[in-house]
Amino acid sequence: MTSLGSNVGAFREVTITVNGRKVTANVDTRTLLVEFLRETAGLTGTHVGCDTSQCGACVVEFDGDSVKSCTMLAVQADTGAVTTIEALGTAEALHPMQEAFTEHHALQCGFCTPGMVMSACDLLRKNPSPTQAQIREWLDGNLCRCTGYNNIVAAISAAAPVLATGAQGEGTP
Amino acid sequence: MLSQNGENRILAGGMTLLPSLKHRLAAPPALVDLAGIGPLRGISKSPEGILIGAMTTHSTVASAPLVREVLPSLGELAGGIGDPQVRHRGTLGGSVANNDPAADYPAACLGLGATIVTNRRRLAADAFFNGFFSTALAPAEVLTSILFPVPKRAAYVKFANPASRYSMVGVFVAQFERHVRVAVTGAGRDGVFRIRVFEQALEAEFSPQILPAHSIPLDYLNSDMHASAAYRSHLINVLAKRAVGACLRVHAKAPMRHGGAVAY
Repeated sequence: MTSLGSNVGAFREVTITVNGRKVTANVDTRTLLVEFLRETAGLTGTHVGCDTSQCGACVVEFDGDSVKSCTMLAVQADTGAVTTIEALGTAEALHPMQEAFTEHHALQCGFCTPGMVMSACDLLRKNPSPTQAQIREWLDGNLCRCTGYNNIVAAISAAAPVLATGAQGEGTP
Repeated sequence: MLSQNGENRILAGGMTLLPSLKHRLAAPPALVDLAGIGPLRGISKSPEGILIGAMTTHSTVASAPLVREVLPSLGELAGGIGDPQVRHRGTLGGSVANNDPAADYPAACLGLGATIVTNRRRLAADAFFNGFFSTALAPAEVLTSILFPVPKRAAYVKFANPASRYSMVGVFVAQFERHVRVAVTGAGRDGVFRIRVFEQALEAEFSPQILPAHSIPLDYLNSDMHASAAYRSHLINVLAKRAVGACLRVHAKAPMRHGGAVAY
Protein backbone atom coordinates (compact mmCIF):
# COMPACT_ATOMS: atom_id res chain seq x y z
CA MET A 1 0.00 0.00 0.00
CA THR A 2 1.40 3.37 -0.93
CA SER A 3 1.59 6.21 1.54
CA LEU A 4 0.07 9.58 0.81
CA GLY A 5 2.42 11.85 -1.06
CA SER A 6 4.65 9.04 -2.23
CA ASN A 7 5.96 9.37 -5.78
CA VAL A 8 6.02 5.63 -6.28
CA GLY A 9 2.70 4.11 -7.23
CA ALA A 10 1.54 0.57 -6.67
CA PHE A 11 1.82 -1.54 -9.83
CA ARG A 12 -0.28 -4.42 -11.12
CA GLU A 13 -0.20 -6.53 -14.22
CA VAL A 14 -3.38 -6.21 -16.23
CA THR A 15 -4.56 -7.95 -19.37
CA ILE A 16 -7.19 -6.16 -21.39
CA THR A 17 -8.50 -7.43 -24.70
CA VAL A 18 -8.43 -4.38 -26.95
CA ASN A 19 -10.10 -4.70 -30.34
CA GLY A 20 -9.76 -8.46 -30.11
CA ARG A 21 -6.09 -8.45 -29.17
CA LYS A 22 -4.88 -9.19 -25.64
CA VAL A 23 -2.72 -6.38 -24.29
CA THR A 24 -0.77 -7.16 -21.11
CA ALA A 25 1.18 -4.57 -19.19
CA ASN A 26 2.42 -3.77 -15.72
CA VAL A 27 0.69 -0.51 -14.89
CA ASP A 28 0.65 2.02 -12.10
CA THR A 29 -2.73 1.29 -10.50
CA ARG A 30 -3.62 4.97 -10.91
CA THR A 31 -3.53 4.60 -14.70
CA LEU A 32 -6.82 5.57 -16.31
CA LEU A 33 -8.26 3.29 -18.96
CA VAL A 34 -7.94 6.10 -21.51
CA GLU A 35 -4.23 6.41 -20.68
CA PHE A 36 -3.80 2.65 -21.07
CA LEU A 37 -5.51 2.73 -24.46
CA ARG A 38 -3.58 5.72 -25.76
CA GLU A 39 -0.15 5.12 -24.28
CA THR A 40 0.15 1.39 -23.64
CA ALA A 41 -1.99 0.09 -26.48
CA GLY A 42 -0.93 2.95 -28.74
CA LEU A 43 -4.49 3.68 -29.90
CA THR A 44 -4.82 7.44 -29.96
CA GLY A 45 -8.24 7.65 -31.59
CA THR A 46 -9.78 7.84 -28.12
CA HIS A 47 -9.38 11.40 -26.86
CA VAL A 48 -9.12 13.20 -23.52
CA GLY A 49 -11.29 16.30 -23.77
CA CYS A 50 -12.17 17.51 -20.29
CA ASP A 51 -11.23 16.85 -16.69
CA THR A 52 -14.76 16.45 -15.48
CA SER A 53 -16.21 13.29 -17.11
CA GLN A 54 -18.66 15.39 -19.12
CA CYS A 55 -17.46 15.68 -22.71
CA GLY A 56 -17.46 12.07 -23.91
CA ALA A 57 -14.43 12.38 -26.20
CA CYS A 58 -13.08 9.33 -24.38
CA VAL A 59 -16.08 7.05 -24.92
CA VAL A 60 -15.23 3.44 -25.79
CA GLU A 61 -17.10 0.17 -25.52
CA PHE A 62 -16.29 -1.94 -22.46
CA ASP A 63 -17.87 -5.40 -22.02
CA GLY A 64 -20.79 -4.42 -24.24
CA ASP A 65 -21.55 -0.94 -22.90
CA SER A 66 -20.31 2.52 -23.83
CA VAL A 67 -18.29 4.02 -20.98
CA LYS A 68 -16.14 7.08 -20.35
CA SER A 69 -12.64 5.66 -20.38
CA CYS A 70 -11.30 8.71 -18.52
CA THR A 71 -13.46 7.74 -15.57
CA MET A 72 -12.29 4.15 -15.29
CA LEU A 73 -9.02 2.78 -14.03
CA ALA A 74 -7.18 0.34 -16.25
CA VAL A 75 -7.23 -2.15 -13.38
CA GLN A 76 -11.05 -2.05 -13.43
CA ALA A 77 -10.91 -3.27 -17.03
CA ASP A 78 -8.55 -6.16 -16.25
CA THR A 79 -9.74 -9.40 -17.97
CA GLY A 80 -12.37 -7.38 -19.82
CA ALA A 81 -12.79 -6.42 -23.47
CA VAL A 82 -12.57 -2.92 -24.89
CA THR A 83 -13.49 -1.77 -28.38
CA THR A 84 -12.14 1.54 -29.62
CA ILE A 85 -12.85 3.63 -32.71
CA GLU A 86 -9.95 1.99 -34.52
CA ALA A 87 -11.90 -1.27 -34.71
CA LEU A 88 -14.85 0.13 -36.59
CA GLY A 89 -13.49 0.69 -40.03
CA THR A 90 -10.68 2.03 -42.17
CA ALA A 91 -10.44 4.95 -44.54
CA GLU A 92 -10.89 2.47 -47.38
CA ALA A 93 -13.78 0.63 -45.75
CA LEU A 94 -15.74 2.93 -43.50
CA HIS A 95 -18.19 1.57 -40.97
CA PRO A 96 -21.77 2.63 -41.84
CA MET A 97 -21.77 5.04 -38.89
CA GLN A 98 -18.56 6.63 -40.15
CA GLU A 99 -20.06 6.73 -43.66
CA ALA A 100 -23.13 8.49 -42.32
CA PHE A 101 -21.05 11.02 -40.37
CA THR A 102 -19.15 11.83 -43.56
CA GLU A 103 -22.28 12.07 -45.74
CA HIS A 104 -24.07 14.32 -43.28
CA HIS A 105 -21.12 16.56 -42.39
CA ALA A 106 -21.42 15.48 -38.76
CA LEU A 107 -17.89 16.51 -37.88
CA GLN A 108 -15.68 19.57 -38.30
CA CYS A 109 -12.58 19.44 -36.12
CA GLY A 110 -13.21 15.78 -35.40
CA PHE A 111 -12.14 15.86 -31.76
CA CYS A 112 -15.46 14.69 -30.33
CA THR A 113 -16.08 12.33 -33.24
CA PRO A 114 -14.61 9.04 -32.02
CA GLY A 115 -16.57 9.35 -28.79
CA MET A 116 -19.71 10.36 -30.69
CA VAL A 117 -19.43 7.41 -33.05
CA MET A 118 -18.78 4.88 -30.27
CA SER A 119 -21.65 6.31 -28.25
CA ALA A 120 -23.98 6.28 -31.26
CA CYS A 121 -23.11 2.67 -32.08
CA ASP A 122 -24.00 1.68 -28.54
CA LEU A 123 -27.33 3.49 -28.86
CA LEU A 124 -28.22 1.62 -32.03
CA ARG A 125 -27.30 -1.71 -30.47
CA LYS A 126 -29.77 -1.00 -27.67
CA ASN A 127 -32.39 0.95 -29.61
CA PRO A 128 -32.17 0.14 -33.34
CA SER A 129 -34.79 2.75 -34.34
CA PRO A 130 -34.41 5.74 -32.09
CA THR A 131 -36.46 8.90 -32.45
CA GLN A 132 -34.70 12.24 -32.81
CA ALA A 133 -35.51 12.99 -29.19
CA GLN A 134 -34.04 9.68 -28.06
CA ILE A 135 -30.86 10.31 -30.05
CA ARG A 136 -30.45 13.77 -28.54
CA GLU A 137 -31.06 12.41 -25.06
CA TRP A 138 -28.55 9.59 -25.57
CA LEU A 139 -25.93 12.14 -26.64
CA ASP A 140 -26.23 13.95 -23.26
CA GLY A 141 -22.77 12.70 -22.45
CA ASN A 142 -21.11 13.74 -25.71
CA LEU A 143 -20.28 17.42 -26.22
CA CYS A 144 -19.45 19.00 -29.57
CA ARG A 145 -18.21 22.57 -29.87
CA CYS A 146 -18.26 22.73 -33.66
CA THR A 147 -21.36 21.35 -35.28
CA GLY A 148 -24.38 22.33 -33.20
CA TYR A 149 -25.37 18.62 -33.11
CA ASN A 150 -28.06 18.69 -35.85
CA ASN A 151 -25.87 16.97 -38.43
CA ILE A 152 -24.73 14.42 -35.86
CA VAL A 153 -28.35 13.54 -35.11
CA ALA A 154 -29.08 13.33 -38.84
CA ALA A 155 -26.11 11.03 -39.37
CA ILE A 156 -27.20 8.68 -36.61
CA SER A 157 -30.77 8.65 -37.94
CA ALA A 158 -29.41 7.78 -41.37
CA ALA A 159 -27.13 5.05 -40.06
CA ALA A 160 -29.88 3.37 -38.04
CA PRO A 161 -31.69 1.53 -40.85
CA VAL A 162 -28.38 0.53 -42.45
CA LEU A 163 -27.14 -1.04 -39.22
CA ALA A 164 -30.53 -2.56 -38.45
CA THR A 165 -30.44 -4.59 -41.68
CA GLY A 166 -26.99 -5.86 -40.74
CA ALA A 167 -25.30 -4.30 -43.77
CA GLN A 168 -22.13 -3.32 -41.91
CA GLY A 169 -18.46 -2.87 -42.60
CA GLU A 170 -15.83 -4.78 -40.67
CA GLY A 171 -15.44 -4.32 -36.96
CA THR A 172 -17.97 -4.13 -34.18
CA PRO A 173 -21.13 -2.10 -34.80
CA MET B 1 -8.58 -3.40 4.05
CA LEU B 2 -11.12 -0.86 5.20
CA SER B 3 -10.36 -1.61 8.85
CA GLN B 4 -6.59 -1.52 8.25
CA ASN B 5 -6.59 2.09 7.23
CA GLY B 6 -9.45 4.54 7.76
CA GLU B 7 -8.27 6.53 4.76
CA ASN B 8 -8.92 3.65 2.34
CA ARG B 9 -12.03 4.18 0.23
CA ILE B 10 -14.61 1.88 -1.32
CA LEU B 11 -14.78 1.98 -5.12
CA ALA B 12 -18.25 1.25 -6.49
CA GLY B 13 -18.98 2.66 -9.96
CA GLY B 14 -16.33 5.32 -9.60
CA MET B 15 -18.45 8.00 -11.29
CA THR B 16 -17.98 10.33 -8.33
CA LEU B 17 -14.86 8.95 -6.64
CA LEU B 18 -12.59 8.82 -9.68
CA PRO B 19 -13.33 12.41 -10.73
CA SER B 20 -12.65 13.40 -7.10
CA LEU B 21 -9.27 11.71 -7.25
CA LYS B 22 -8.48 13.36 -10.58
CA HIS B 23 -9.24 16.75 -9.04
CA ARG B 24 -7.16 15.96 -5.96
CA LEU B 25 -10.22 16.40 -3.76
CA ALA B 26 -9.37 13.06 -2.20
CA ALA B 27 -6.17 11.01 -2.09
CA PRO B 28 -6.91 7.68 -0.41
CA PRO B 29 -3.93 5.33 0.04
CA ALA B 30 -5.94 2.44 -1.44
CA LEU B 31 -9.23 1.70 -3.11
CA VAL B 32 -11.34 -1.34 -2.24
CA ASP B 33 -13.09 -2.36 -5.45
CA LEU B 34 -16.49 -4.00 -4.93
CA ALA B 35 -16.92 -4.87 -8.61
CA GLY B 36 -15.99 -8.52 -8.24
CA ILE B 37 -18.53 -9.26 -5.52
CA GLY B 38 -21.43 -10.90 -7.40
CA PRO B 39 -24.01 -10.98 -4.59
CA LEU B 40 -23.96 -7.17 -4.49
CA ARG B 41 -25.71 -7.01 -7.87
CA GLY B 42 -29.27 -7.88 -8.71
CA ILE B 43 -32.91 -6.94 -8.39
CA SER B 44 -35.50 -9.14 -6.71
CA LYS B 45 -39.02 -8.93 -5.36
CA SER B 46 -40.09 -9.87 -1.84
CA PRO B 47 -43.30 -9.32 0.11
CA GLU B 48 -41.62 -6.25 1.63
CA GLY B 49 -40.81 -4.65 -1.70
CA ILE B 50 -38.07 -4.48 -4.33
CA LEU B 51 -34.58 -5.38 -3.15
CA ILE B 52 -31.72 -3.96 -5.21
CA GLY B 53 -28.05 -4.84 -4.72
CA ALA B 54 -25.68 -1.96 -4.01
CA MET B 55 -23.54 -2.56 -7.09
CA THR B 56 -26.50 -2.59 -9.49
CA THR B 57 -25.94 0.05 -12.15
CA HIS B 58 -28.36 2.88 -12.92
CA SER B 59 -28.90 1.54 -16.44
CA THR B 60 -29.79 -1.90 -15.05
CA VAL B 61 -32.37 -0.40 -12.68
CA ALA B 62 -33.77 1.81 -15.45
CA SER B 63 -34.32 -1.08 -17.84
CA ALA B 64 -35.24 -3.94 -15.48
CA PRO B 65 -38.67 -5.38 -16.36
CA LEU B 66 -39.41 -5.98 -12.67
CA VAL B 67 -38.78 -2.31 -11.82
CA ARG B 68 -40.79 -1.11 -14.82
CA GLU B 69 -43.71 -3.25 -13.76
CA VAL B 70 -43.72 -2.74 -10.01
CA LEU B 71 -41.89 0.53 -9.29
CA PRO B 72 -41.64 2.52 -12.54
CA SER B 73 -40.94 5.83 -10.79
CA LEU B 74 -37.66 4.38 -9.50
CA GLY B 75 -36.66 3.14 -12.94
CA GLU B 76 -37.42 6.51 -14.49
CA LEU B 77 -35.40 8.26 -11.77
CA ALA B 78 -32.44 5.97 -12.47
CA GLY B 79 -32.81 6.57 -16.22
CA GLY B 80 -32.42 10.31 -15.66
CA ILE B 81 -29.14 10.18 -13.77
CA GLY B 82 -26.18 11.69 -15.60
CA ASP B 83 -25.79 10.32 -19.13
CA PRO B 84 -25.81 6.83 -20.67
CA GLN B 85 -22.11 6.19 -20.12
CA VAL B 86 -22.34 7.28 -16.49
CA ARG B 87 -25.42 5.11 -16.04
CA HIS B 88 -23.51 2.09 -17.36
CA ARG B 89 -21.06 2.36 -14.45
CA GLY B 90 -22.70 4.36 -11.64
CA THR B 91 -24.33 2.31 -8.89
CA LEU B 92 -27.23 2.60 -6.47
CA GLY B 93 -25.05 1.93 -3.42
CA GLY B 94 -22.37 4.36 -4.48
CA SER B 95 -24.90 7.12 -5.02
CA VAL B 96 -26.71 6.58 -1.72
CA ALA B 97 -23.55 6.13 0.36
CA ASN B 98 -22.14 9.33 -1.10
CA ASN B 99 -25.30 11.37 -0.41
CA ASP B 100 -24.52 14.16 -2.85
CA PRO B 101 -27.10 16.87 -2.03
CA ALA B 102 -28.01 17.02 -5.72
CA ALA B 103 -28.21 13.26 -6.32
CA ASP B 104 -31.51 11.67 -7.30
CA TYR B 105 -31.51 8.34 -5.45
CA PRO B 106 -31.65 9.85 -1.92
CA ALA B 107 -35.01 11.41 -2.88
CA ALA B 108 -36.33 7.97 -3.84
CA CYS B 109 -34.96 6.39 -0.64
CA LEU B 110 -36.53 9.03 1.55
CA GLY B 111 -39.66 9.32 -0.59
CA LEU B 112 -40.38 5.61 -0.46
CA GLY B 113 -39.19 5.07 3.10
CA ALA B 114 -36.57 2.59 1.95
CA THR B 115 -34.46 0.35 4.19
CA ILE B 116 -30.71 0.63 3.73
CA VAL B 117 -29.06 -2.75 4.30
CA THR B 118 -25.38 -2.90 5.25
CA ASN B 119 -22.98 -5.66 6.20
CA ARG B 120 -23.87 -4.91 9.84
CA ARG B 121 -27.46 -3.71 10.13
CA ARG B 122 -30.62 -2.35 8.52
CA LEU B 123 -31.32 1.36 8.67
CA ALA B 124 -34.47 3.29 7.83
CA ALA B 125 -33.92 5.98 5.22
CA ASP B 126 -35.21 8.55 7.73
CA ALA B 127 -32.24 7.71 9.94
CA PHE B 128 -29.66 7.33 7.17
CA PHE B 129 -29.09 10.69 5.50
CA ASN B 130 -27.12 12.85 7.90
CA GLY B 131 -26.44 16.00 5.99
CA PHE B 132 -24.16 17.32 3.30
CA PHE B 133 -22.31 14.27 1.82
CA SER B 134 -22.85 12.52 5.14
CA THR B 135 -24.65 9.32 6.11
CA ALA B 136 -25.04 7.10 9.15
CA LEU B 137 -22.55 4.58 7.73
CA ALA B 138 -19.79 3.79 10.23
CA PRO B 139 -16.13 3.45 9.16
CA ALA B 140 -15.60 0.18 7.25
CA GLU B 141 -19.38 -0.40 7.07
CA VAL B 142 -20.49 -1.39 3.56
CA LEU B 143 -23.90 -0.68 2.05
CA THR B 144 -24.93 -4.00 0.46
CA SER B 145 -28.51 -3.49 -0.76
CA ILE B 146 -31.58 -1.29 -0.50
CA LEU B 147 -35.16 -2.47 0.03
CA PHE B 148 -37.78 -0.18 -1.57
CA PRO B 149 -41.40 -0.57 -0.40
CA VAL B 150 -43.93 -0.54 -3.23
CA PRO B 151 -46.39 2.39 -3.02
CA LYS B 152 -49.84 2.67 -4.54
CA ARG B 153 -48.36 5.25 -6.87
CA ALA B 154 -45.32 7.47 -7.04
CA ALA B 155 -43.55 9.93 -9.30
CA TYR B 156 -40.28 11.82 -9.46
CA VAL B 157 -40.04 15.20 -11.15
CA LYS B 158 -36.67 16.80 -11.57
CA PHE B 159 -35.49 20.17 -12.78
CA ALA B 160 -32.09 19.17 -14.09
CA ASN B 161 -29.12 21.45 -14.49
CA PRO B 162 -28.79 21.38 -18.28
CA ALA B 163 -25.01 20.91 -18.20
CA SER B 164 -24.39 18.49 -15.36
CA ARG B 165 -27.89 16.98 -15.28
CA TYR B 166 -27.77 16.95 -11.49
CA SER B 167 -31.00 17.97 -9.76
CA MET B 168 -31.34 21.66 -9.18
CA VAL B 169 -34.53 20.53 -7.50
CA GLY B 170 -36.00 17.01 -7.57
CA VAL B 171 -39.24 16.04 -5.84
CA PHE B 172 -40.31 12.45 -5.15
CA VAL B 173 -43.92 11.90 -4.13
CA ALA B 174 -45.19 8.48 -3.02
CA GLN B 175 -48.70 7.59 -1.95
CA PHE B 176 -49.16 4.53 0.27
CA GLU B 177 -52.33 3.00 1.65
CA ARG B 178 -52.65 5.43 4.53
CA HIS B 179 -49.79 7.88 4.20
CA VAL B 180 -47.91 10.05 1.73
CA ARG B 181 -44.21 10.85 1.61
CA VAL B 182 -42.67 13.85 -0.14
CA ALA B 183 -38.89 14.07 -0.46
CA VAL B 184 -36.83 16.86 -2.02
CA THR B 185 -33.28 16.71 -3.32
CA GLY B 186 -31.04 19.32 -4.93
CA ALA B 187 -32.52 22.14 -2.90
CA GLY B 188 -31.45 21.66 0.69
CA ARG B 189 -28.29 23.00 2.29
CA ASP B 190 -27.97 19.72 4.17
CA GLY B 191 -29.12 17.36 1.44
CA VAL B 192 -32.38 15.50 0.95
CA PHE B 193 -35.36 16.32 3.19
CA ARG B 194 -39.09 15.61 3.58
CA ILE B 195 -41.87 18.20 3.64
CA ARG B 196 -44.33 17.18 6.35
CA VAL B 197 -46.73 20.03 5.50
CA PHE B 198 -47.15 18.66 1.95
CA GLU B 199 -47.43 15.07 3.19
CA GLN B 200 -50.24 15.96 5.60
CA ALA B 201 -52.09 17.98 2.96
CA LEU B 202 -51.85 15.14 0.43
CA GLU B 203 -52.98 12.58 3.01
CA ALA B 204 -56.18 14.61 3.42
CA GLU B 205 -56.65 14.92 -0.31
CA PHE B 206 -54.24 13.65 -2.95
CA SER B 207 -54.46 16.41 -5.52
CA PRO B 208 -52.07 19.09 -6.82
CA GLN B 209 -54.55 21.85 -5.96
CA ILE B 210 -54.47 20.94 -2.29
CA LEU B 211 -50.78 21.73 -1.90
CA PRO B 212 -50.49 24.84 0.21
CA ALA B 213 -48.39 27.68 -1.10
CA HIS B 214 -45.80 26.60 1.36
CA SER B 215 -42.57 28.45 1.72
CA ILE B 216 -39.58 26.44 2.80
CA PRO B 217 -37.47 28.81 4.94
CA LEU B 218 -34.86 30.22 2.59
CA ASP B 219 -31.96 29.69 4.95
CA TYR B 220 -32.75 25.97 4.81
CA LEU B 221 -32.18 25.99 1.06
CA ASN B 222 -29.09 26.12 -1.10
CA SER B 223 -28.11 29.26 -3.03
CA ASP B 224 -25.38 28.86 -5.63
CA MET B 225 -24.35 29.90 -9.13
CA HIS B 226 -27.12 27.75 -10.61
CA ALA B 227 -30.11 29.01 -8.61
CA SER B 228 -30.97 31.17 -5.64
CA ALA B 229 -32.70 29.76 -2.57
CA ALA B 230 -35.83 31.71 -3.54
CA TYR B 231 -35.88 30.15 -7.01
CA ARG B 232 -35.42 26.70 -5.53
CA SER B 233 -38.22 27.33 -3.07
CA HIS B 234 -40.47 28.25 -5.98
CA LEU B 235 -39.39 25.16 -7.93
CA ILE B 236 -40.17 22.87 -5.00
CA ASN B 237 -43.79 23.99 -5.10
CA VAL B 238 -44.03 23.68 -8.87
CA LEU B 239 -42.39 20.27 -9.05
CA ALA B 240 -44.37 18.87 -6.11
CA LYS B 241 -47.58 19.76 -7.94
CA ARG B 242 -46.27 18.15 -11.12
CA ALA B 243 -45.26 15.01 -9.25
CA VAL B 244 -48.74 14.65 -7.76
CA GLY B 245 -50.19 15.30 -11.21
CA ALA B 246 -47.95 12.61 -12.67
CA CYS B 247 -49.17 10.15 -10.03
CA LEU B 248 -52.75 10.92 -10.99
CA ARG B 249 -52.30 10.37 -14.71
CA VAL B 250 -53.89 7.03 -15.52
CA HIS B 251 -51.67 6.03 -18.41
CA ALA B 252 -47.88 6.00 -18.15
CA LYS B 253 -46.31 8.62 -20.37
CA ALA B 254 -42.90 8.80 -21.89
CA PRO B 255 -40.72 11.25 -19.95
CA MET B 256 -41.10 14.86 -21.08
CA ARG B 257 -38.14 17.10 -21.20
CA HIS B 258 -38.47 20.83 -21.65
CA GLY B 259 -36.07 23.55 -20.67
CA GLY B 260 -34.21 21.23 -18.36
CA ALA B 261 -37.28 19.87 -16.55
CA VAL B 262 -37.84 16.13 -16.76
CA ALA B 263 -41.34 15.09 -15.79
CA TYR B 264 -42.69 11.60 -15.33
